[in-house]
Amino acid sequence: MPEPVPGPASPQRRSAGELESQVLAALWAAAGPLTPQEIQHALGDGLARTTVATILARLHDKGQVQRHKAGRGFAYTPTVEDAAGLTARRMHHELGRNQDRSTVLARFVSDLSSDDERLLRSLLGEA
Amino acid sequence: MPTLSLLLPLLLPLLAAPLARRLAEQLAPRAAALLLAGTAATLAAAAGTALALTAGTALLRLPPVAALGHLSPHWLPDSPYTATAAALALTATAALAVRTARRQLADLRRARAVVGPGTAALAVLDDERADAFALPGLPWQRGQVVVTTGMLRALDGPERAALLAHERAHLAGRHHLFLALAEYAAVLHPALRQLRTPLGYHLERWADESAARATGDRAATARAVGRAALAAAKAPRPDRPLLAPAAHTGPVPRRVAALLTPATRPRASATRTAAALALTACLALTAATTLDATTDLHRTVESAQAATR
Repeated sequence: MPEPVPGPASPQRRSAGELESQVLAALWAAAGPLTPQEIQHALGDGLARTTVATILARLHDKGQVQRHKAGRGFAYTPTVEDAAGLTARRMHHELGRNQDRSTVLARFVSDLSSDDERLLRSLLGEA
Repeated sequence: MPTLSLLLPLLLPLLAAPLARRLAEQLAPRAAALLLAGTAATLAAAAGTALALTAGTALLRLPPVAALGHLSPHWLPDSPYTATAAALALTATAALAVRTARRQLADLRRARAVVGPGTAALAVLDDERADAFALPGLPWQRGQVVVTTGMLRALDGPERAALLAHERAHLAGRHHLFLALAEYAAVLHPALRQLRTPLGYHLERWADESAARATGDRAATARAVGRAALAAAKAPRPDRPLLAPAAHTGPVPRRVAALLTPATRPRASATRTAAALALTACLALTAATTLDATTDLHRTVESAQAATR
């Protein structure tokens, strides 16, 4: 039976929403503002520079990123909602407390035992 | 035989649930998740129907109900103990189902409050502790991927792409509905509790495989899962219970190992065929007996009605 998931996609074939999420994730992961070239490098999958520029323009229009003049071009940072951001941090604590009871939120990773941790490190080739 | 047809749907899950677990181990993730969810739904529906029929028959014997339905109570089977037990089980089940529903809604509401009112495909929480999950939306919404900055910083570009693709696969496949269904099934019959953990595992594997296909990079997907788990373990929530060293391998190393081996189609084996046949027989028998019990009650009611004329 064919799977309802697209096959191995070239970066260009990925949806706009997917790429927006990836650029946003790269900006959040960075310590400071990133130039389009740095974003392109951080994504690490051979995305065209024009594509990165288009995505950044779209994110800027939506107010999800802010840009600052940097040299001849712009550097980008993700938009942080001030007051809302603070509550989010406190509430996330709340979310953590009830984590073990959660039945419908599919979390990316579950807890590790110490044996699991050793095994994982060897699988990943880490000392 | 009304008693047997009411008893079988309550007994068969004891046999069918372990069979489904075994069979799922030998299937591809998506097929395994569908099998476990389908088995849970069928067996739970049958067990619920059997309880309702048993309690319902007793209800019909009560003079006011009998009068209302123009029934002659003498024509209805008289088994007060079974009926009382079924009624009690049904009440307990209903109470547990309500508790499960409230818990699930509270979970979703709490997560929704954390993430805020936005509907952006990606919501980032400014928190150093590594965490990521898929937050399902309302039925007509797409849902959101929620990630902490701690998680994003623990991964490189291709790994982040794999993480996002994994969570998107959960949302696209509406995996939260599978998880919710398994909870209700476990409430209806205790033997179905054992299906929850394997279902959760196979749903994660399904999303892992989707992410590997979407990114075209199994190795990066494996690294994403492994490094995310290590990052989450590094900064455990203070209120998280300390895990004793487990004798067996937990789900995360198994997922990583599965991604590091090339994608293979599980081959049919004699044991797999036998397990599939046995499970099919169990499910067919469950469905048939439940149907039989329903038509049986219908017929009894008709004869009891005829007797009053």
